Amino acid sequence: MTFRTETPPVLILGGRSDIGLATAHAFAAAGHPIMLAARRADTLEPERADMALRHSVEVTVHELDALEVAGHEAFADALPAEPGVVICAVGALGDQDANEEDHAAAVEIMRANYEGPAILLAVFANRMAARGEGVLVGISSVAGDRGRASNYIYGSAKAGFTAFLSGLRNRLARQGVHVLTVKPGFVATRMTAHHETPTALTAQPEELGAAILRAVRKRRNVIYVRPVWWVIMSIICAIPEAVFRKTRI
Amino acid sequence: MTRLSGWGRYPVADCTVTAPRTAEEVAGALTTGPVIARGNGRSYGDPAMQPAGTLDMRRMARMIAFDADTGVLEAEAGVLLGDVIAAFLPRGWFPAVTPGTKLVTLGGCIASDVHGKNHRRDGSFGAHVVWIDVMGADGSVARCAPGDELFAWTVGGMGLTGVILRCAIRLRRVESGWIAQETTPARDLSAAMEIFEATQATYSVAWFDCLATGADLGRSLVITGEHAARGDLPSEKRSRPFHVPARSRRRVPVDAPAFALNRYSIRAFNGLYYWNGRRGAGKALVDWDSCFYPLDAIHDWNRIYGRPGFAQFQCVIPLAAAKEGLTALLEAISASGQGSFLAVLKRLGAQDSRMSFPMEGYTLALDFPVSPATLSLMERLDAITLDHGGRLYLAKDSRVRAETFRRMDPRAAAFAAMRTGEGLADHFASLQSERLKL
Repeated sequence: MTFRTETPPVLILGGRSDIGLATAHAFAAAGHPIMLAARRADTLEPERADMALRHSVEVTVHELDALEVAGHEAFADALPAEPGVVICAVGALGDQDANEEDHAAAVEIMRANYEGPAILLAVFANRMAARGEGVLVGISSVAGDRGRASNYIYGSAKAGFTAFLSGLRNRLARQGVHVLTVKPGFVATRMTAHHETPTALTAQPEELGAAILRAVRKRRNVIYVRPVWWVIMSIICAIPEAVFRKTRI
Repeated sequence: MTRLSGWGRYPVADCTVTAPRTAEEVAGALTTGPVIARGNGRSYGDPAMQPAGTLDMRRMARMIAFDADTGVLEAEAGVLLGDVIAAFLPRGWFPAVTPGTKLVTLGGCIASDVHGKNHRRDGSFGAHVVWIDVMGADGSVARCAPGDELFAWTVGGMGLTGVILRCAIRLRRVESGWIAQETTPARDLSAAMEIFEATQATYSVAWFDCLATGADLGRSLVITGEHAARGDLPSEKRSRPFHVPARSRRRVPVDAPAFALNRYSIRAFNGLYYWNGRRGAGKALVDWDSCFYPLDAIHDWNRIYGRPGFAQFQCVIPLAAAKEGLTALLEAISASGQGSFLAVLKRLGAQDSRMSFPMEGYTLALDFPVSPATLSLMERLDAITLDHGGRLYLAKDSRVRAETFRRMDPRAAAFAAMRTGEGLADHFASLQSERLKL
C-alpha cells in the first residue's frame, strides 16, 4: 500500500456482520487500528474488546444506519480519524419468495444492498480523492453477475452495487484511490445459516478476511474468494438467455 | 441434522447442531431434551456428540480481558488455545498446560482437564483455571472457583455439569518462543523409565516403537525440554525472541485406503523414526509450534486411518505397578501385530480430583485403526489396565464398556450420583455419558 503510514485506520461498515468482523480481525492482526460501524454500536463492545485484546490495536465502535443516507456525511465527519481503508460489508439477503409479493420489503433489500452501501462509499470516495490516497472495498456478490429466479431481488441490488464500484474505480484510478470489488460466493455466516451450501464452494468468514487483506495489499480490482467461483459464474453468464430462462440454477 | 464424529472419526452419529453466539442463545438451546457442548471436535470418541442437541461453541470465542501483571486471561469457552498463543506469546506468555494440539477450545480443555508434557511439574489444565462460568439447565449462570463443589465437578467433568461459557486461566511467563530440547534414545522400557525418573526438565515425553519385541520391547526416544531463556538463543534470534519461522502446512487430501497402514508399513515407519532419532539425538533448539504441536502442521491427519476411523487407547498405570503394567501392555500389542503409529509415554504427577484422568504414574497413548481385531485388542488392554489399578482417559475413549470403566474408575459412581442428585443427568448428556451411564 502506498499510504503515508503503513497501517492506516480501517473502517468497517456493517461491523456486526460475520464478514465485517472477520475482515476487521485480518486487518487488526496486521496492525491496523479498526473502526467498527453498525446499528446499535454499543452492543458490539464484546467484539471490540476481543479484537483490541487479541491484536493490541485500537478498536472503536461507531453508530451507523446505512439506510439513513442523509446522515452519511455527518457520520464521516464524526469519525475520530480519516480511514485509509473503508470496507463496506453492509447487506441483507431477504426472502426472495416473500419479497416477490411484499414490495416494501423488496425495497428494503434493494436499499440495504445498493443504495446505502453505494452512498456510504461515495462519501468516502470524495474525501479520499481530495487527499489523493485511500482504498475502498465493496463486498458485492456473485448473485449480481446474473439474475436468477431464486434470488434476483438481492441479486439485482448487488448488480447495481458491482456496477457502481466498477464506475468508481474507473473515476478514481488517476486520483490515487483504489477500489476493490469482492464477490465472495457462499460464505458460512449467520446470513446464510439456513441455506445448505456445498462445502467445497463455501468459504469461512476468516478465509474471506484474509483474502481481502491480500487483495488490498496487491491492489486487485475484482476478486472471487474461491477461484472456482470465477469458473462457475463465467459459465452461468455464458448461457444464452433463451436457454437460461428454462434452467433452475 | 449434521453428521458428527470425534477426531478419530469413530463412531459417527447424526446430531442436531446449534451454534450459539451469546449466552442468551445458549440458554435458548437448553429448553428441550439433553444437550452437550462441543468445542473444536478434538476429543477422539463420542464425548462431544448428542443427537438430540449438540452445542457448537466455536462462535462463543471472544477474549474478554487480560491482566499483564498476573497473566490471567478471561475468555469465552470457544477460544482456541492456538488463538491464545497467537495473541499472547508475542507479549511473553504461554499456556501453563497444553495438550498435543493447539486446535482445542478452552472449554474443551477444562471439560477434559487436559494434561501436557509437564504434568508432573505443573499439574493439569484445571490447576491453572481461576474461575469458570457454568450455565445450568435453567439458563442461570454460576461463577465457580477452586474450592467450590461445582468447580471440582466441572474440571474433568466432560461437559456434564452444564455448559462452560467463560473462564479465566493463568498463563506462564516465557522469554522466547523456543524450546531447548534434548532427545535421548532408550533401548528398552526400563531405560526410558530411568530417564523419566531422573529428569528435572519441565517437559518430558517418549515416542515408542510398539512393534519392537523381546529385548527391544519399549525401545523409544525420550524427549525433554525447557522454555529457552532469551540468553539461550543464538544472537540472530535474540532480537526477536518470539518470532519463529512459519511452518509449511500440509493436508491429507483423501481418506487413505485400508491397506496403506499395515504391520509392515508401521514397522518400517517406527523403525525409521527410532533410528533417525538416535542419529539426531542430543540437544536442539526447536520452535514452540514444532515442539508441542507436530501434527497440527498436517491438516486432517486423522484421514490417514481411512474411512473406518481410528480409536485411541490411553491409560494411566499407577507408579508402583507401572513397569509391570506397561510391559504387559506392550507385550500384548506386540503379540497382536496391530501396530500403532503414535505410541506416546508420559510420566504423570500426583493429582487428586473428582473425575480428571491423571494420577501419579505413567500414561501410554496409542492409535489403532478401527477393526474387529483392534477393538478386541483394546479390550485385552482394558483388562491389563484394570489388573494394574489403572484407568482410561475419557477424552480419548470411544468404545470402553460401562462395566469395565466403572471397575477401573470407582469415582464414576459418585459422579453419576451427583448428576442425578443435582438434576443434571436429564439435561446434559453425550453419547459417551449414555454409553458409560455417567
